[in-house]
This record gives sequence, structure tokens and C-alpha cells, in this order.
Amino acid sequence: MTDMSLAYPHGDPHHLGRGAVHEGPAPKRIVTGYGFWIFLLSDIVMFSCFFAAYAVLLGQTAGGPRGSELFDLRSVAAETAFLLLSSFTCGLAMIAADVRDARRFQAAMAVTCLFGLGFLALEAREFADLVARGAGPTRSAFLSAFFTLVGCHGAHVSAGILWLLTMMAQVFAKGFRADIMRRLLCFALFWHALDIIWVAIFSVVYLFGSAA
Amino acid sequence: MMFGKLSWAAIPIDQPIPLAAGAVVLVAILSVLVWVVVRGHLTYLWKEWITSVDHKRIGVMYTLLAMVMLLRGFSDAIMMRAQQAVAFHSQGYLPPEHYNQIFSAHGTIMIFFVAMPFVIGLMNLVVPLQLGVRDVAFPTLNSVGFWLTATGALLVNVSLVVGEFARTGWLPYPPLSELTYSPGVGVDYYLWSLEISGVGTLVAGINLVTTVLKLRAKGMNYLRMPMFCWTTLASNLLIVAAFPILTATLAMLILDRYFGFHFFTNEAGGNVMMFMNLIWAWGHPEVYILVLPAFGIFSEVVATFSSKPLFGYRSMVLATMAICIISFMVWLHHFFTMGAGPNVNAIFGIASMVIAVPTGVKIYNWLFTMYGGRIRFTTPMLWSIGFMVTFILGGLTGVLVAVPPADFLLHNSLFLVAHFHNVIIGGVLFGAFAGYTYWFPKAFGFRLHEGLGKAAFWCWLIGFYVAFVPLYAVGLLGMTRRMQHYDVAAWRPWLFAAGVGAVIILIGIIFQIAQLFVSIRRRAELRDRTGDPWDGRSLEWATSSPPPVFNFAIPPDVTGEDAYWEMKAHAKQRDFDRGEPDYKDIEMPRNSPTGFVCAFFATIMGFALIWHIWWMVAAGAVGAFATFVVFAWRDHDEYIIPAAEVARIDRANIEERRGLASFVGGA
Repeated sequence: MTDMSLAYPHGDPHHLGRGAVHEGPAPKRIVTGYGFWIFLLSDIVMFSCFFAAYAVLLGQTAGGPRGSELFDLRSVAAETAFLLLSSFTCGLAMIAADVRDARRFQAAMAVTCLFGLGFLALEAREFADLVARGAGPTRSAFLSAFFTLVGCHGAHVSAGILWLLTMMAQVFAKGFRADIMRRLLCFALFWHALDIIWVAIFSVVYLFGSAA
Repeated sequence: MMFGKLSWAAIPIDQPIPLAAGAVVLVAILSVLVWVVVRGHLTYLWKEWITSVDHKRIGVMYTLLAMVMLLRGFSDAIMMRAQQAVAFHSQGYLPPEHYNQIFSAHGTIMIFFVAMPFVIGLMNLVVPLQLGVRDVAFPTLNSVGFWLTATGALLVNVSLVVGEFARTGWLPYPPLSELTYSPGVGVDYYLWSLEISGVGTLVAGINLVTTVLKLRAKGMNYLRMPMFCWTTLASNLLIVAAFPILTATLAMLILDRYFGFHFFTNEAGGNVMMFMNLIWAWGHPEVYILVLPAFGIFSEVVATFSSKPLFGYRSMVLATMAICIISFMVWLHHFFTMGAGPNVNAIFGIASMVIAVPTGVKIYNWLFTMYGGRIRFTTPMLWSIGFMVTFILGGLTGVLVAVPPADFLLHNSLFLVAHFHNVIIGGVLFGAFAGYTYWFPKAFGFRLHEGLGKAAFWCWLIGFYVAFVPLYAVGLLGMTRRMQHYDVAAWRPWLFAAGVGAVIILIGIIFQIAQLFVSIRRRAELRDRTGDPWDGRSLEWATSSPPPVFNFAIPPDVTGEDAYWEMKAHAKQRDFDRGEPDYKDIEMPRNSPTGFVCAFFATIMGFALIWHIWWMVAAGAVGAFATFVVFAWRDHDEYIIPAAEVARIDRANIEERRGLASFVGGA
């Protein structure tokens, strides 16, 4: 495997081994991936604020509907399935990129995109339904926190889809260049991180929220 | 409505002070622009600075932004001092709605657009040099970060003449900052300026964390890094962990104001105290984001000018990281009066006192570094000693207000105002000035004038005490902060004295401006040809002043702490004489207008969002995305400096030094 590939070429990429003298600046792929991880952590800190706000405001329904009266867990389960499947196909796309198979890469990315769009469509339907039932974000502090947290994740998915299409275009126009492989690494990290946040949303917002 | 809420009524024709101030700023900007164009510097400025991705250039631009904004923030300060000096039994010369904007703008500007860019600028300039590398981890993002910070600063200043600024203090506490009580655009200016510049700061934080952790010269183990790199790491870890909280909190307030959400409203279950908790969960680490780099600067300066290694290096590292962690566990001390109960208040009170312990460790380490050293009382050293005395005082009053019962009496009094100015001026600003004087010759190749620098220091030091000791006193006499006028005769002499202090500080600032001008005019005699004007200890002094774009012709090989000192001690500089090193081609990032273009669209979007001009928001968003795609589409983001060119530059630098070999060896 070359330095461009997504797999780790050697056993101790972050020089965690003890006692060794520092070998100098890390290769670009490590630096880029590392920096992007730091960004993802900061993004998760931002989400944690919205989670905290949701936890604080969960009971503040101002006489309006509670989570248990609003959430349709079947639809949420379908959203979860779409998102997790999209992560799987995203993984397939990265494997295809690793072996420089442009056709499979584009196909897997396209499927990822469709799953993402399906997720967004379900979320939009849920939001529209809530607003139509008079349970929009201005109804109560609880609903403000709900729409903000889930909507922020949705905005991330939308941005991710824009990024995904840009990556498909880049690979189509320029092939699997080293810099494009680094961007693919970041995109894949981003897409999977959205899954992690969604799992937390599913548990905290929908499961705890339905119980509240 | 084509222009949303924007109309000619937004220009404050009836208020002479902001209008005159705006006119002065506009004339200053225009005359600089005209001078640049007439002298034919525009191309140079665009190619070498505006589109530069060189960390040194970006660092200089950050610092310049900070110093210009310091003038704006200080103008606000002296207006407030003047108002309170005269507003006894009268309205003074500033109407309340204007006075409220001034203290809000003063705090916002001083923290976000003076202190932050100053320390980020110095970190940008110095850290890659100290680590012995060629640039930061993400050079183009670095430029984006700077220009987004500049966008925030620009929007705050636009509010001077177009509309108004927030009247809600430097942290817009709801419900006052909600649409019901602040229907104007002032709070929106605040919110969008900080959302945009906050993204810039986050980018800088990610960049510097990655740089320190992943880009170090060969042999630069963690425990061989200069102290400034450690404090940079701690500070930027705090940026990465804290700034997203600010972004999220302000986003919630934006949603309340723009779309009628209920995060912090009085109605529909909103929770005002959640804002206090969230904003201070960012705000307290922010204090350490600012002061930790200053601690690093003092460590470098004190060791250099005592001609001794830093005392207790490892304890200093430990203290830095301890402060980094504890700083996240004390936020509630900003609102003990919330009424969280004695147990909660006690825990946060104790945590706040505990953080004084590692800080005390640092103070002792600096003192022991000086002990037995051969101390040179240069300007940076004066700032450092002034800091030690002043900061101890500020730290002690900090421990005092960390005691909840005492805090209940002192909360929101001028005692508190005096305390945080004591640590921010005495800590952050003195540190920034020490770093500015210390590293100026590295950035530009000539030193700053010593005499004027010392004069500025003494004015700042004396002015600080004359301005803020009275505020401690008047705070104990019961005066609360942010008063536009007052009727208590006992306060008056103290406030008058504080006004005199502000004038002394003003004289200090005039000395600093004079210092810059005089030093530029006399740069020939202040020239530093050695690259090492202070007999320094870390790697930034191992290269020429100013360093070539690639910093080091040959990547340094670090064998211990105080890397450059070791090289000098082992006379490794004689390598220069042992024939040519093996020069190689160097790959450097190309300059890019991405940062500037991003900031251009961010400015348009921010302004449009403030004034509800929705089509312009959409246009800005499309422009930003297009910039992203165009940047992604570049085929060549790097260029090669051929080995021959590297050799030519390096030979010239060695030639310069060889003439002064006796000096270098004199260490």
C-alpha cells in the first residue's frame, strides 16, 4: 500500500511507542486526518451544547405536546436504517477508492447520496408534520431544543451531501490524486461521525423523549 | 423590501460622536488605501500579504489587527472614564443609550479583536519556528482563519456608522438581549461578528493543535518543546473545546431573535440561566486561552534575559496542563449569585481557588529562573517583571472573589471590573507587549527602540495602577459596574483618579506608536544581522531575521531542551564553516486568495443577516460554496524552491552571520 491509501501502511502511525526519539514532521495524510479528527471533536462539542439544552428543556413544554405524543418511532427507525446503510455504502466507496476502482466508487457514492437524501426526506416530512400539528419550534422551549438539535444534524447531513457531490465530481474530473484521497478520508470521517451523533440523537431525543 | 431593515435612518446623523469617529476611521482607511495605490504597493500587498499563506506573514497581520483594534477599544475606555469622571449629579456628555453601546463595544473588541488576535498572531509567527518546521499544518486554512477574524472586526466597526452596536454588555445576557427588549440591530451585529470570527478562531485552534502535535522537527520530543509551544498547545486545545460552545450558545440566541424560538425567553419555558451556564462554559476557558500563551511568552523572555534555562521546566508543563483542565471546572463562579445552593457554590469556589496553585507554581518558577541569573533589563523583561507584580495582585483579588460569601457582596461591582482588568491587562496585554518587543526583530530584521519602549512600559504600569486601584476602592464602596451617572459624592475622587490613570495609559500608547515610527525610520542602526539579537535559546533564533519563506534551509535536528542554546554551546554553528550542507528542493504551499474571498462573502452574508436582506444572504452563501469548489479544483497548491535557490539564500545568511561569529560564539 502506498502513502495515498486509506489503510495504515505501518503499525505505529502516531509514534506512540515509548522512548523513541521524535522522527520529525508526520506525513501529510496523517496531518490532514489528524486535523480533521480535531475538527470533528469540536463539532461534537457543539452538538453536546444542543444536547445539554435539550436535556434542560425537555420538560418545558409550556402546556404544549410532549415527546411521547409527537414522536413516530417507526419513521425514526427508518431514518436510522437509511443513515446506517449510507455509512455502509460510504465504506464501500472508500474501499473502491483504495483499489482505484472509479466505477464502483461512483456507484457506491451515488447510493450513499440517495440514502442521505432519503434520510433528509423523512426528516423533512417529520418536521412538516409537527409544524402542521401546531408543534413547531416556537410552540415551547422543548420543541425549540428538539428542532435545533435534530435540525443541526440534518444541516450537517445536507452539507455532507453537497460535499459528497463535490467529491464525486473531483474524482470524475481528476482521478484518485493524493490530495483527493486525503479529502476522501476527511469526507468519510465526517459521514461516519454524523452516524455517531445520530445514534446519540436516537437515544437521547427520541427514546428518552418518548419516555418523558 | 429590497434592503430588509436597512434604510437611511440607520445612519446616526443626529449623533456627532459616532459620526465623527466613523469619519476619522474612514478617512484613515481611505488615506492608507490612496497611499498604497499611489505608491504602487497594491500588487505587492496583494501578492505578499493579503493572499499569503506564510504563517509569519499571517501572524504579523493578526498582530497588526490587534494593535489597530486596541486603539478603537482604548478610545471606548477613555470615553467611559471621562464620562464617569464628570457624571456626578449630571448626565455627563454621553447619553445612556450611547454609553451602553460603548461599554459593550469596549469589552467585545478588547477580548475578541485585541487580545485574541494578538496571542494568535504571536503563536502563528513563533510556534512553527520554535518547532523547527516550515509552516503550520494547514497554511491556507490559516489565512481563512485570519480573514474571518478580520471580518468580525470589520462588522463591529461598521456598526459605528450603520445602525448601532449592542447595549447589552460584552456578553449579551438574556432576556435583555432578546428581541422583546433589544429590538434593534445592535445585538445582531454582536452575534454575527462573533459567529464569523469564532469560526476563524476555531480554524486557528485546530491548525495550531495539529501543528504542535504532528509537525515537530526531528528530535523535538514533547519534553523538549519550548514552554511557549506547550502553552500554545494548551491554549489551542481550549479553543477547540470551548469555541464550539460559544458558537452553539450564540446560535441559540440567534434562533430566539430571528425565528421566535424559546431557548432563553421569559415565555414558553425558556431558561435564562442556561445562557449564563453555556456562555461561561466557554467564557472561563477563554480567560485561559488568552493568558496561557502570555505565560509562555514570559517563560521564554525570563529564561532568555536571565541567561538561564527555565527553572522547573517539567513542573511548568504540568502546571500548564493542569490549568488547561481545571479551567473547564470553574465556570459557575461567574454567577454564584444565581442561587445554585451552598454545596454547588462551595465546590466551584474551591475549584477556583485550586487553579491558583498551578499559577503560583509558575510564578515561583519565573522567580527562581531569575534567581542567580545574569539579568538584562530589556523592555520585554520589564514587561515580564511588571506582569509578575501586577498579576499576583490580580490573582489575589481573584481568590477573594472566588469565596462565595465575598462574591455575593462584590458581584457586578467595580471591584470585579478592577479584578479582571488586573489579570487581563497585567497578564495578557503585558505578555502580548513583551512578545511583540521580543519577537519583533525576528519578524522584521530590526529591533524596536529601547528607550521609547521603556517609557511606554512605565506609563502603562503606572497608568494601570492609577486607573484600577481606585476602581477596587470604589467597588468596595458599593459602586456597581456600567453606571452612566451617579449621585454618591464619595465615589467621585476615585473615579476622577481612574480617569487620570487612563490618560497616563494613553501617553504609554502614544510612546508605543512613536516607538514603531522611530524604529522603522532608524531601522538601519537597529538592524539585527545575527538572527539572534537577544542571545536566545530556542530554534526561532537559529534562522535569519526575517526568516526565509521556508524558515530553515536544513531541517534542524534537536538533541535536547533549549535546542538552539545547545547548538551554540556545542559550537554546532561551526557546521557553517565545515563546507556546504546538502541542500534539497523545498516544497512550499502556494499563496491563495481563498481566505480573502471567503471573508469577502462572509462579510456580505453577515451584513445581510444583520439587516435581514435575505437575497444577499443567499448570494453570499452561493459565493462561499463556489469559493470552496474553486479551491478544491486547484491542480497545483504547492511550488518547489530549487536546491540552488535555497543554497543561495542560505549562503547569504551564513555570510551575514560569519562576520559576527564572535558574537554568536560569545554565548
